[in-house]
Amino acid sequence: MPGTPAFDGLTVGDIVAEQSFPLTRDSLVRYAGASGDFNAIHYRDDVAHAVGLPGVLAHGMLTMGFAVQPVVDWVGDPGRVVDYGVRFTRPVVVDAKVGAVVSVVAKVGQLDAEARVARIDLTVKVGEETVLGKAQARVSLD
Amino acid sequence: MNPELQGRVFPPIEPYLVGREKVREFARAVFATNPINHDLDAARAAGYDDVVAPPTFAVVLQEHTLAQLLAEPDAGIDFSRVVHGDQRFVSSRPIVAGDLLTPTLTVSSVKTLGGHSIVTAESAITDASGAHVVTAISALVVRGED
Repeated sequence: MPGTPAFDGLTVGDIVAEQSFPLTRDSLVRYAGASGDFNAIHYRDDVAHAVGLPGVLAHGMLTMGFAVQPVVDWVGDPGRVVDYGVRFTRPVVVDAKVGAVVSVVAKVGQLDAEARVARIDLTVKVGEETVLGKAQARVSLD
Repeated sequence: MNPELQGRVFPPIEPYLVGREKVREFARAVFATNPINHDLDAARAAGYDDVVAPPTFAVVLQEHTLAQLLAEPDAGIDFSRVVHGDQRFVSSRPIVAGDLLTPTLTVSSVKTLGGHSIVTAESAITDASGAHVVTAISALVVRGED
């Protein structure tokens, strides 16, 4: 497939993709509908405050879902992502007016030459704070 | 939280038919812009039968299996105390529109840490031929009583 990076051209530490994702409340409502997760802490301030949260939060699975997209675009095929895991370390508060911006940096973390699988480590932040820990996607390359 | 849940395998839930528009809707919701997620011709050119779901699509099926877990009468899980700790997807192949998928939930471990319990739930998803497609692994932290 044209544009797919070659395994042999990669070095541990290479930054392969970077992208910022501006989120709004619309993003959360859209994700709620698409995923079936209608927990009200993702769209109602009163409910979020009542359970002690600082505000309406993005679904952790929304953040996980878009954080891998720069990797998908880099490899050119969503089917090349064979293993993807994250730890939810800090909630992403999405303000009703200004929203939130989540930044993603994808770096080569490990190379398995026998399987031709690259582990891509994701740094996912809001401002200076990391929101996903141990975010790693394994991609199968030629 | 009932520690005897560890090792429990739940009955498979109703097969889930992956719709093309559902794949597109989910792809838009996670800002997936790759043509293989949206465009039939692009997906076919890449060797797939139909549009390909994003890597986290299996969460839609996992929602159903976790509902099964929370509804288990002897589980003792208070949903309002559950926090999603970790999530992982281990794939044999991507989910493609048209797939008829069956998830089977296994509680692989129940651990107690301080006052909290950590439940690891694995939803193994197979296709109509019985072949493995993806396993969604979720660690749920159940906070203890305050």
